[in-house]
Amino acid sequence: MSSFSPLLQSAGRRRTTWSEVRTRLEKVANAAVTPLMPADYLDLFHPLRSGAPLRGRIVELVPETKDAATIVLKPGSDWAGHVPGQYLRIGIDVDGVRQWRAYSLTHGPRADGLISITVKAVPGGKVSNHLVHSCPVGSVVHLEQATGEFVLPETLTSDPAGTKLLFVTAGSGVTPVIGMLRNLFPVADEGVVHLDRSRGLDITVVHVAPTRPDSIFLRDLEALDASGSIRLVARYDDQHGLLDVAELATLVPDLAERTTYACGPGGLLDALDAHHAEAGLDLFTEQFRPALVAVGDGGEVSFTSGASVTADGATTLLDAGESAGVLMPSGCRMGVCFGCVVPLREGSVRDLRNGEITTAVPGETAPEGVPIQTCISAAAGPCHIGC
Amino acid sequence: MTVITKQDVNPTAHLTPEDIEQIGVELDAIRQSVIDDRGESDAKYIRRVIDTQRKLELGSRAVLLFSALPPAWLLGTAGLAVAKILENMEIGHNVMHGQWDWMRDPKIHSTTWEWDNASTAEGWKHSHNEIHHTYTNIVGKDNDLGYGIMRVDEDQRWIPMYLAQPVWNFINACFFEYGIAAYDLELGKNLSMPKEKRSEEFKRRAKNTLRKIRQQATKDYVVHPALSIPTGSFLPTLAANFTANLVRNLWSHSVIMCGHFPEGVETFEKKAIPDNETRGEWYVRQMLGSANISGSKAMHLMTGNLSHQIEHHLFPDLPSNRYAEVAPKVKALFDKYDLNYHEAPLPAQVYSAWHKVVRLSLPNGFLATTTAKNLPQQMKMLYAMTTGDKKTRRVAQLRLEQQARRIERAKAEKQATAAA
Repeated sequence: MSSFSPLLQSAGRRRTTWSEVRTRLEKVANAAVTPLMPADYLDLFHPLRSGAPLRGRIVELVPETKDAATIVLKPGSDWAGHVPGQYLRIGIDVDGVRQWRAYSLTHGPRADGLISITVKAVPGGKVSNHLVHSCPVGSVVHLEQATGEFVLPETLTSDPAGTKLLFVTAGSGVTPVIGMLRNLFPVADEGVVHLDRSRGLDITVVHVAPTRPDSIFLRDLEALDASGSIRLVARYDDQHGLLDVAELATLVPDLAERTTYACGPGGLLDALDAHHAEAGLDLFTEQFRPALVAVGDGGEVSFTSGASVTADGATTLLDAGESAGVLMPSGCRMGVCFGCVVPLREGSVRDLRNGEITTAVPGETAPEGVPIQTCISAAAGPCHIGC
Repeated sequence: MTVITKQDVNPTAHLTPEDIEQIGVELDAIRQSVIDDRGESDAKYIRRVIDTQRKLELGSRAVLLFSALPPAWLLGTAGLAVAKILENMEIGHNVMHGQWDWMRDPKIHSTTWEWDNASTAEGWKHSHNEIHHTYTNIVGKDNDLGYGIMRVDEDQRWIPMYLAQPVWNFINACFFEYGIAAYDLELGKNLSMPKEKRSEEFKRRAKNTLRKIRQQATKDYVVHPALSIPTGSFLPTLAANFTANLVRNLWSHSVIMCGHFPEGVETFEKKAIPDNETRGEWYVRQMLGSANISGSKAMHLMTGNLSHQIEHHLFPDLPSNRYAEVAPKVKALFDKYDLNYHEAPLPAQVYSAWHKVVRLSLPNGFLATTTAKNLPQQMKMLYAMTTGDKKTRRVAQLRLEQQARRIERAKAEKQATAAA
């Protein structure tokens, strides 16, 4: 034992010396490029490298229907992988402006390390239409690591036989489920590939939509239903009326034997929550909140420092904040000097000079919020300012 | 030029309040048309400029690792000077103005950009964006009128120290990045205060500025020369970096002087500006208080589009690549309201600015009243004014101005009779 210690000790010393050398080199590199960082130069050549902020490169666009496409991305070296059912946030420049959106990972994990999202062009949707119709293949986008807890239990993959699941999805809430189903039942040209990890799995999918959509996701579900991999119960409001959660037991006779996963708008999830709690059944949910932006005139302005004040549509956020005792940076107070810029974290504001509305939707817009000039902006509905 | 309110003919006298408001409406419309149109091609533009500038700097510094070889020294120094000029003028100054904030890119944003200059972004944004752009050319409020070390307007009272202002101006030009840093800190005012009375804000900013200066100097005069030691290029690289900084300082100083100093650019009296100056009134002040430089696209790029000073002062937050496009519309507005659109080529504007610096280093009316014949007496009077007390100066000044006016009137009468 004691004869090994000097060896271990000297190895430890060598490792320490190397990390010291690295620190020194980093210091020199920083001093050589200040006020920039070495990363700012490395980004010009190798934006997907390890250690860089997470980015991805769009490598392929696979059109699926006339308004949907699958975007295949090569993620940066620090991509930590994902579990089917999770989603990522992608930051992409549309018309020069960085927009952030969340999309479920609809395939994989893939052996080649690529990731993909399937995007449906929403009418009037800035990012979805850009991705589907003018996808900039080859360009670099910004990513955040996969996140979300709407995933199948780990125990499932080891012993799927006999497990009974119910997926209740509404609208775009189907996308994480698609991600899970594509992982369990990959579809090749010859048809559904049967894998060990899905053998014996008994899955029912209740899909709710206002009307029978011509959507890529529904086709996938119908194909899986046709092949007997899942049992699909499609419910359309215009054909069958609004879904009443109480009917669930009729639609799914063996409901009590199934673990339910539900993804959709809050109303449906709340109803399911109440229903399952009463019946003593397991329920896992993920809420897909539609970006409801009710733009108004004036509103409640809240600040991260804790203060809150109600302002009308003609009062600047700067004046409103100062009247509430908030410490707000300011300058020319006329929109020229940009000395009053702080982040809008949630809500909408109106530029008093030209009426332009700026909106921040947490989870959609940038993580830090959207920077705005408080001296020429007024509240356009309730909003939250980061100062 | 003296302030417009003290001139014989106020250049805005023919404008009614309705005219001024209409000017505001039309300029707002021009601004909105650019905002409506702003998009992908503009974003591509600034990203391309940044990409090019960074690669140019990287390449130049790499070449300078071999600066002991004269061709490498020349190439590297030229490249580095251009890179520093681009970074300060087309990129840094404009990004800090918020011109690219609309892209919502945290790396190209007025709140995060730090520029390759001895002065801090914070200091620059305060003295330039906030003070200079709000109080443009108001004598006594816009300290860019002389930077506190020169007089550039007849309404700034003459004191003997200004006799040396051509020299101060040149020294400031050579070390402009430090001049800006000192100016942003209001060093003159703050250092003349006893230490205990200086504000915490000043002390914090001074500390940050000293740190910035130290980092910049270490980069250019220690780290990169040291990296060149293997090729025996320590001193040549140091000289190259010093030269590149010098070239950037001289160039940016010249361009900035051209913005407001050429003869004929208007200045304004503090008490003539209402407390709640309307948007139209602010616009008119920007229109008359700025001067453009005409020239090639390359010149526009190297001046950071400050060659479009008038357009920049009207629309400081519009992307700089759009100034050339709106310039004809702006000029048409000047013509419509019979206002002077001050524009001339670079050598003319630089000469004009220096002319003013030299002319106003002397008391008002001195040059106008001095001839070869009376030179000895004029010099004697100048000596008396320089060494005398305030009263002597005031009396002499009044007499000079009286004589200058008499000469002006005589000249005007002569012209009138010659025309008749």
